Amino acid sequence: MSIRINPDLCAGCGNCREVCPGSLLFKEKESNKTYIKYPEECWGCTSCLKECKFEAISYYLGADMGGGGTTMYVKEENKELHWHITRPDGKKKIITIDTTKANSY
Amino acid sequence: MDIKREKLYTDILIIGGGTAGCYAAITIGEKSDKKVMIAEKANIKRSGCLAAGVNALNAYIVKGKTPEDYLEYVKRDANGIIREDLVLTMSERLNGVTRHLEKLGLVILKDEKGDYVTRGDRNIKINGENIKPILAAGVYKHDNIQVLNKVNIVDYIIKDNRVLGAYGFSIENNIFYVIYARGVICATGGAAGIYKPNNPGFSRHKMWYPPFNTGAGYAMGIREGAEMTTFEMRFIALRCKDTIAPTGTIAQGVSAPQINCAGETYDRNYGAPTTANRVYSTVEENRRGRGPCFLRTKGIGKRAEEELLKAYLNMAPAQTLKWLERGAGPSEENVEIEGTEPYIVGGHTGSGYWVDTNRQTTIKGLYAAGDVAGGCPQKYVTGSLAEGEIAAEAVMKYIAAVLQQEVLCEEEENKFREITGYLKNPSGIYTVGQLEEAMQKIMDEYAGGISGSYGYNEVKLAVGKNRIREILKLAYKLHGEDFYDLMKIYELIDRLVVAEAVIAHLEARKETRWHSFQENLDYPGLNDKDYFLYINSVFKDGEIRIIKRPLVDRRQTYEHQN
Repeated sequence: MSIRINPDLCAGCGNCREVCPGSLLFKEKESNKTYIKYPEECWGCTSCLKECKFEAISYYLGADMGGGGTTMYVKEENKELHWHITRPDGKKKIITIDTTKANSY
Repeated sequence: MDIKREKLYTDILIIGGGTAGCYAAITIGEKSDKKVMIAEKANIKRSGCLAAGVNALNAYIVKGKTPEDYLEYVKRDANGIIREDLVLTMSERLNGVTRHLEKLGLVILKDEKGDYVTRGDRNIKINGENIKPILAAGVYKHDNIQVLNKVNIVDYIIKDNRVLGAYGFSIENNIFYVIYARGVICATGGAAGIYKPNNPGFSRHKMWYPPFNTGAGYAMGIREGAEMTTFEMRFIALRCKDTIAPTGTIAQGVSAPQINCAGETYDRNYGAPTTANRVYSTVEENRRGRGPCFLRTKGIGKRAEEELLKAYLNMAPAQTLKWLERGAGPSEENVEIEGTEPYIVGGHTGSGYWVDTNRQTTIKGLYAAGDVAGGCPQKYVTGSLAEGEIAAEAVMKYIAAVLQQEVLCEEEENKFREITGYLKNPSGIYTVGQLEEAMQKIMDEYAGGISGSYGYNEVKLAVGKNRIREILKLAYKLHGEDFYDLMKIYELIDRLVVAEAVIAHLEARKETRWHSFQENLDYPGLNDKDYFLYINSVFKDGEIRIIKRPLVDRRQTYEHQN
């Protein structure tokens, strides 16, 4: 499990680099865009996804833990987190979480 | 390489800006104008255990219960080996820190009367996705707190068994820091990555405990001869298979029992329902050919499933993704479970610094809070906050009576040469990754890892000890290109130092006190007569020396004797 950063969408703001608890994200020298240098060291905490305002970072499960190519990104709007999940066949699902409400469980 | 050198001064240095560290800083910020510095190797906004969030607060004194009740629960779960003074002083503060956390911005579910809604006997329901940004924002409110993000501390500055500060470096800007402080709180967290993990390949860091908590606080203390306690009580979590996501949310949330491959519930067949026995029962069912084991969720219904998908996004998003990836959620398929690799983590078991009741370690002026502090299991989030508060109050009193001191420039220079020496080592055959893999394999095979169902014997431990020492020698020869590499080298060295201490502790407890957590195959039974005590240790003259100490009672205020 790890993340991928789409260089076409990355604005190079560096917010994700700042918060990664493993300091695994680095800046490309020429483009200033961010890339993950150590994808196998990602904890999967999604801190970087939550920082990205450009939907550039997607989260996936490694094949060694049952991953089959489904990806996920998150967008924050008005105290809601919208988790966008895309399956390899193109099917999409959005799960919205109201951050002002507690978990049911 | 151009290396800058900076000397900094503060009243109180906090090493590690996770749960306990941030709360200690907030406590000092609210109660005094003393200068505080947090040195954090990542960024306090998302560093430590709470990066992804947390699903509930699991240490809270609910209506009708008392701090003594919480103590009794912890004592039962740890089979008697706890520091009652520490657990009680923590328990008394659990509700106060919870209210404070709510004021800082945490969403806690309340009923129509305004009381917190409980989940079980000790838990309350929250939205904990943003708990770490909330704590970080609480820190940044105070002008007297300075945060050094991306600064990795590697050793204390010590003179006559008193802490004077710490050495470290920026992993981004090639700056070597000498930080002097009148008092220091260590809040680095515990140690993951010592044993071969569940997912040893690409997803090697998909583990329960943060893989970036590498035992630095323990190792720094061990190197300076600080007394440590209960490292033999390792923590092994019962988790959802592959994603290593929490099981408690399902088990408690939708009352899902543990079942074996035949659909039989089994956990009550293995003694008291302690945290250790929940793991042990699953391990044993697998060993006896009745695996895989599951949480029986089939039939919980679509509404419950949707709530679980959301709950996991707030703390362990991989599990939600896994359900969606499979196209079958928990209402259609039972959730497979497994035990993790062992961790050393004082927030769940008793491993860590041997502290007095005020959380001062055996090094004067050095306090410990959270996962790095020993003797006080089941702290979880609120207990770590409580310990941060206790340590903060104690260090404020301590610094009122001490002046800032420095060591000789020569000593600072020697440390600079030692730390930056890795940049001058020639590139060798081995890398940090290779040696880490070797360490994890040795610990797995010889010190009670997953592959041996967590069991070990003395002969295996002796082999393991020698191999860990050999790997440590190789680690001292590693080459780093820059300060980021230097951090990785120190993380490996710290893990190896902790690994050797774990082996010494496992060897010293000649009984089996906690199944799976400490499964001594030479001594499979309990031995209350000889081992109803703490196993402590001190590193001296290149060897780990074991000290057995009698239990401390709840009415006692424990002080170090020397």
